[in-house]
Parts: sequence; structure tokens; C-alpha cells
Amino acid sequence: MLTAETIIQSLASGLLMGLLYGLIAVGLALIFGLMDVVNFAHGEFLMIAMYATFFLFAFFALDPLLSAPLVAAALFVFGAVVYLLIVRFAVRAKANAGMVQIFSTFGLAIVMRGLAQFFFTPDYRSVTHSWLGGKTISVAGIFLPEPQLMGAAVAIAAFGGLYFFINRTDFGRALEATREDAGAVALVGIDKNRVFALGWGLGAALVGLAGAIMAVFFYIYPDVGASFALISYVTVALGGFGSVFGAFAGGIIVGLVEAATALVLPPSLKSVGIYAVYLLVVFIRPRGLFGSM
Amino acid sequence: MDEHFANRRRRDLVVAACLIAIAALAPLFVTDVFTQNVMVLTLMYAALSQSWNILSGYCGQISLGHALYFGLGAYTTALLFTKFGVLPWFGMLGGGVVSALIAMALGYPCFRLRGHYFVIATIVIAEIGLLLFQNWTWAGAALGIDIPVRHDSWLTFQFPRSKLPYFYFALALAAVAWFVTWWLEDSKWGFWWRAVKDNPEAAESLGVVVFDSKMGAAAVSAFLVAVGGGFYAQFVSYIDPESVMGFQFSLLMALPAVVGGIGTLWGPPLGAVILIPLTELTRTHMGGSGRGIDLIVYGSLIVLISLARPQGLVGLFARPRKV
Repeated sequence: MLTAETIIQSLASGLLMGLLYGLIAVGLALIFGLMDVVNFAHGEFLMIAMYATFFLFAFFALDPLLSAPLVAAALFVFGAVVYLLIVRFAVRAKANAGMVQIFSTFGLAIVMRGLAQFFFTPDYRSVTHSWLGGKTISVAGIFLPEPQLMGAAVAIAAFGGLYFFINRTDFGRALEATREDAGAVALVGIDKNRVFALGWGLGAALVGLAGAIMAVFFYIYPDVGASFALISYVTVALGGFGSVFGAFAGGIIVGLVEAATALVLPPSLKSVGIYAVYLLVVFIRPRGLFGSM
Repeated sequence: MDEHFANRRRRDLVVAACLIAIAALAPLFVTDVFTQNVMVLTLMYAALSQSWNILSGYCGQISLGHALYFGLGAYTTALLFTKFGVLPWFGMLGGGVVSALIAMALGYPCFRLRGHYFVIATIVIAEIGLLLFQNWTWAGAALGIDIPVRHDSWLTFQFPRSKLPYFYFALALAAVAWFVTWWLEDSKWGFWWRAVKDNPEAAESLGVVVFDSKMGAAAVSAFLVAVGGGFYAQFVSYIDPESVMGFQFSLLMALPAVVGGIGTLWGPPLGAVILIPLTELTRTHMGGSGRGIDLIVYGSLIVLISLARPQGLVGLFARPRKV
């Protein structure tokens, strides 16, 4: 039965989920905007962030809300290391640059999944009890789960912080300058590799934040990243490559479309709506909604 | 084209004929079923990757959604056979034609997209196909289709007791895909494709019909991949959406070409000969009980090869160029 109430209820959940999708995708958008590289291991970054949150909970009884900054910091280091060890060489490739980027990061994704299976086993894990897990609040008859609400709040805060960071700090300006002309910034004494490494770190830290929140209400297993990775690519491309805030808008659209599709089609087909909207948008605007490239 | 190029093409043809002859004799010496199975898969991936390479390598339109055509080929063959009793031979051809038509219908809007927008469009279109098949009850939904196997027969292309007929069919398919590529390389189309890949604007200004070139490459590529899908359905006699249309499959199809050398004639078979036996061996010997070691080995190899030899391994066999 489609009543006004069910429609509002699912669109509200869709909006919350959409903000979270935006948070997951923004790291990808940041890295792409900075250096034209799509990280095909993005979903696996999310996966290790979720595992990190789980183990902090399992061994130190740390609530995901407390471990989120730690996980983000750990992912920052991880992202910078991935850039220095792999991506730095991939972008140097003289032949087939596009394929080398896709398949070096895709190879990394497979290795990470293999390592997760080896060390953590393929079993499903979950953070069994947390401050927010399983709780809902009701606003005017609409039930909103607290973990998703917190996720949405973190997403909005992260986007606000990112906006401030990119526009108001020296590093943000260096990031922006390197994006526009990596050759020219070398002339004013900015080390391109350092900026790229920090950019990868920042992108990974953002997905780390998302992973810590998601660990509260999602099962954690080695392949968990795969489904979110595809949604992230679609979110970023929908918003438009080169636009970090396009990812924010893209996330909200994806969340709402997914919820709306689930109202009219069987739940197993809910992603079809997202994909169809992506195709529709790029057929009309081949650079996405806010894309510059 | 100059004499050097003509000589190279003649040499390629002779080498291919020798390799096919050697491969055709191989089953005389290899009787172990596991090894025969690996040989069939290697040839199948060589054929698939060679076909993928036509659109993605030569024409430069990177598709990570070719699992759609593989799945369409497999499903057309299996559905026509199980529901209407149509022989798989016609099913494979029918699947090829259906896929080529769909590839062109999808290409019509998609070929206006560039770079990552195009790649992501190919991924999501294949995902839509996967989701639709998973929810299509008449076609078996997520459970898939079990193809009833009775006895060895060339008519129904079923051989429950022997791998050899599959081996020879896969060899023929790989040979056809190779030969089609060889032939197209020196045709008008081959030159158009390389021009489109290198610089579409310049190509257009020199009179290359960019859009038609892409459509042609998509049709040929999809047709051959779909025939491979039909073959696979007969070979394993059980298909389900995830195993023939999943995203992983699109990547697995592209990998041999990437490892061997994308946009080259010998890259896909070389990549398949290296990757497929390695995958099967690591999976059998190290993949037990989901420990993931096979994934670690396989993934590391992909990272190392793509970083160390971005142009693919095929260059290792090239003779130094005479000046």
C-alpha cells in the first residue's frame, strides 16, 4: 500500500542513506578530481575501515563513534602508502595509462579481499552492541534509525569541513593548484608527490569515517566493499567528475532514487533505478550534473 | 602499407597456423581431465579476450560490461534449447546476432560518452541486465537454468563423458577470433579504429566515420563474445545470472588482453595462456576452504604486471626493430 506516510518514510530513509553514499563517494571524487585516477579499490578501503572498527570494538570494546577518528587516521596513512607504493608508478605509465590505473588498483582490490579472507576468514561479523545500534527516534510519525541519522550528520559535517579545508587552508589551495596544473606548482616549490599522497590520505580518511559509521548497522565480510564501490562510482559520475560537491548532490540523488525505486519495484531491483538515472543523466549531460571534465 | 608490415602479417599467419596445429595435437599427449579442463578454459578466455580487445583495445572504447554479451549468448542458447528444443548451434548464432544488435542499440547513446563516463555506463548496463535476469522467473531467475544432459552427441553439442569435443570447439573459436582480428587489422576498419582510439577529432576531420567505426567494433566484439557464452553454457550445462553476467566476469574477460598487451594481435592469447592455468592452479592448490591465498597471488600478479609492463607482456617476444 502506497500511502503518503510510507512514501515520506522511505524518502526520509533514502535521504539519510544518500548522505552516507555521498560520504562514501567523496573520497573517490577527491582523488579523481586531483589526479584523474579512479580508485578501483575504493570499496576495499571501505571494507578495511569496517573491519578496523569491528576489531577496535571486539578487542577494546570501543564504540564505533569513538573509534571513527582513529579509523579515519589509520586510513589516512593507508591511503598515502597506497599512493606512494602503487599509484605513483601507475600514473607514470607511458603506455595504456587508463588501463594501468584501472587494473593496478583493481589488482590491489583483489589482494585486499584475499588478505581479508586469509586473516579475518569469510565469516560475517557485526558490531553486536553500540550506543546507537538498533535505536530509532520518531519525528511526526516517521521513524528514523539513529545510526543512519548520525551517519547523515557526520556526512554533512565532513562536507562542511572539506569545503573549509579546500578553500581556506594552504594545503587546500596547494591541492587545488596541483589539480589545475601539476607542472606549474613544481615551479613555486610545491612537491607534487607530497600533495598527491596527502590527497590520497584524505580521500581514504573520508571513506574510513564512512566505514566506521556503517560498521554499526551493516554486516562486515571480505566482499562487503564490492556493492558499495559500484554505487560510489555511479554517485561520483552522476555528480560529475572533477566536482567534489557533485558527489554530495550525487549521493543524495542516489539515496532518494533507490528509496523511490524500492517503493514501486521489488526490493531486489532497487539498484536498477540508480543505474537508469545515471544513464539518463549522462545521455543528456555527458559530463554529469556538475562535472568539469 | 609498407613491406615490413606485410611481412609481419604473413609471419603472424604462419605462426598462428603452427600454434593451432600444435594445440590440435595436444590432447594426444594430455589425457588428464583436470588439465584438459584448464586447456578448454584457456582457449575460451583467449577467444573472449580477443573479441573484447576489438572494441576496447583496437577501437579504444574500454568496456567493463562485456559480461552482458557473454550472458546473453549463454542464456539465448540455454533458453532456446530447454524451452523450444532449438539446437545449440542455432542458439549460439542466435545469441551472437541478438548480442550484436543489442550492442549497437546500446552503443547508439553510449558512444557519445567519453572516458570514465563511458566505462561506468558499460558497467551499470551490464548490472541492469544481471538484475533483470535475476528477477526473470521464466528464465529461471537467480537459480538459473539446468541444461538436461543425455548422451554424447554432436547434434546437441553435449558430451558428458569427454572434454575433447569442447576442446576442439574452443580451439576453433579462439582461432576464428584471432583470424577475424588479424583480418580486420589490415582492413579499412582496423585503420579507422586505431585513428578513433588515438584522436577521434583528428580522425573525424580526416573523413573517418567515428560513430560507425565504434558501432562496427561493438557489433563484431559482442557477436564473438556471445558465441563464447553459448559455448560456455553447453560446456558447464548449468548457468545462473551471477556466473555468466556478473561484473567479475567482465574483468576476467579483459584481463588476458591487459596482461598480454591491449590492442595487440597476440596479447589476448598470450595473456590467457599465462593467467588461466595460473588461476586454476592457485585456486585448486591454495584456494581451499576460502583462505584467500589464490586471490592474493592473483591480485599481486595483476598489480606487478600492470606496473612493470604497461604495454603488456607481448613486447617481450618482439624482435628488435630493424632501422
